[in-house]
Amino acid sequence: MNALPDFRLFRPASAGEAVRLNTAHASSRFIAGGTDLLPNIRRGLFNPAVLIDLGGIPEMATITESADGLRIGAGVTLAKLAVDPRVVARLPALAQAALAVAGPTHRQSATLGGNLCLDTRCRYYNQSEFWRDSIHHCLKLDGDTCRVAVKSKRCYAAFSGDVAPALIVLGAEVEVLGEKGARRLAIADLYADDGMAWLTLKPDELLVAVHVPFDDAWTSAYEKMRIRGSIDFPLAGVSVALRRDGANIGGLRIACTGVASRPFAVDGLDVIAGKLFDAAAQTIVAECVDLANRSMKTTLVDALFRRNVTPVLARRLAQRLWNGA
Amino acid sequence: MKSLLCLTVNGRQREDAVAENMLLIDYLREQLGLTGTKQGCDGGECGACTVLVDDKPRLACCTLAHGVAGCRIETIEGCASTDGLSRLQRAFHEHLGTQCGFCTPGMIMAAEGLLRANPHPDQAEIRAALGGNLCRCTGYVKIIESVEAAASMPEAA
Repeated sequence: MNALPDFRLFRPASAGEAVRLNTAHASSRFIAGGTDLLPNIRRGLFNPAVLIDLGGIPEMATITESADGLRIGAGVTLAKLAVDPRVVARLPALAQAALAVAGPTHRQSATLGGNLCLDTRCRYYNQSEFWRDSIHHCLKLDGDTCRVAVKSKRCYAAFSGDVAPALIVLGAEVEVLGEKGARRLAIADLYADDGMAWLTLKPDELLVAVHVPFDDAWTSAYEKMRIRGSIDFPLAGVSVALRRDGANIGGLRIACTGVASRPFAVDGLDVIAGKLFDAAAQTIVAECVDLANRSMKTTLVDALFRRNVTPVLARRLAQRLWNGA
Repeated sequence: MKSLLCLTVNGRQREDAVAENMLLIDYLREQLGLTGTKQGCDGGECGACTVLVDDKPRLACCTLAHGVAGCRIETIEGCASTDGLSRLQRAFHEHLGTQCGFCTPGMIMAAEGLLRANPHPDQAEIRAALGGNLCRCTGYVKIIESVEAAASMPEAA
């Protein structure tokens, strides 16, 4: 890998100062854990003149509890999130997703906000400069053709963060801070279906916290497929939340990651509310997930495998939650 | 551009002028000469560069030196004392947990982080904690046995 290019490093003490620094410097990037950003910079994927290190901002590294739920600072590490007793007991999908990110050592540095804002990934993009040069680059960086879909005018790089689908099924909101103050938006609205512009954050905005409501009527879980069991990005990741209403399904929510340029909620599941979780319901779950799947040739593993495995993961998780609820 | 970095390395407080774009692994190896910390994949995939930052195992190749300002850094060089090897070093030696030795500093620091947080881990916990560390020689069994042996030794040893 290349040496890091020259850049200035700032270490603000507050989120407001971080936003001001970002506005003041045109070519700047926020860095949190750096476990993805630093290797990407060294592969020549970005060349920022200024890095703004968010690791010295105490207000972003805390979890606060209210009657409604948790406010989790974007700077909370995934290792801390995965073992927080409130998260483990009441938001199991979030704890499982945090624990599924990368390896144990990454999670000591990597943060919630970093995983939510993770750059999209593709076999033609996450490569050395030499490699990318040899294929004359791709649409996402320095090229004019998407190597995954050559006639496409858009980039299909896949969003590969594990935590976002868990937060989608848990009904979380994100808090972002900009020059004009803070605003909150539903987690799904943080993303757009475009491998090159997958975040809807404005240039001056910083993700500072996530609000996750408690709703103990729901149980939830997260599972992913990956090449290295202990340390890899998802080939496909699925989060499921289920509410049981007596003998019937009260509600079912499913969200996926790794199979499109954004994490997304699966539509069409309302029809099984009020029904038994039987073979017919399982078929509907699998069909809805399959319909929403947008797996492309972005990983070395075949897209068809990722497409086939996603509904299986969803059905298996829903069954496990149903049995345990 | 360089700026002043204050931190503790292996128990010694330091104030060094360090380039703002310097990685922790380069600061340790090039500037301080602590070459026990190994550079393997150099991209966060192998764990050979694992060091302890405030008792937690972190990847020195994916960490900026200035990002750990004010922290306590411990490397493999800080494990042994005048009394001899640490219990993990001794266990790796006695139970053949090391062969070519390249992954060993990272393995020992990751295991040290585990034992500080959880002095009596079961085998599943050991395997999970070392999940980010690759070894091409041992097949891992001897490494896990070494960590189990270290966990059963008295702490002062």
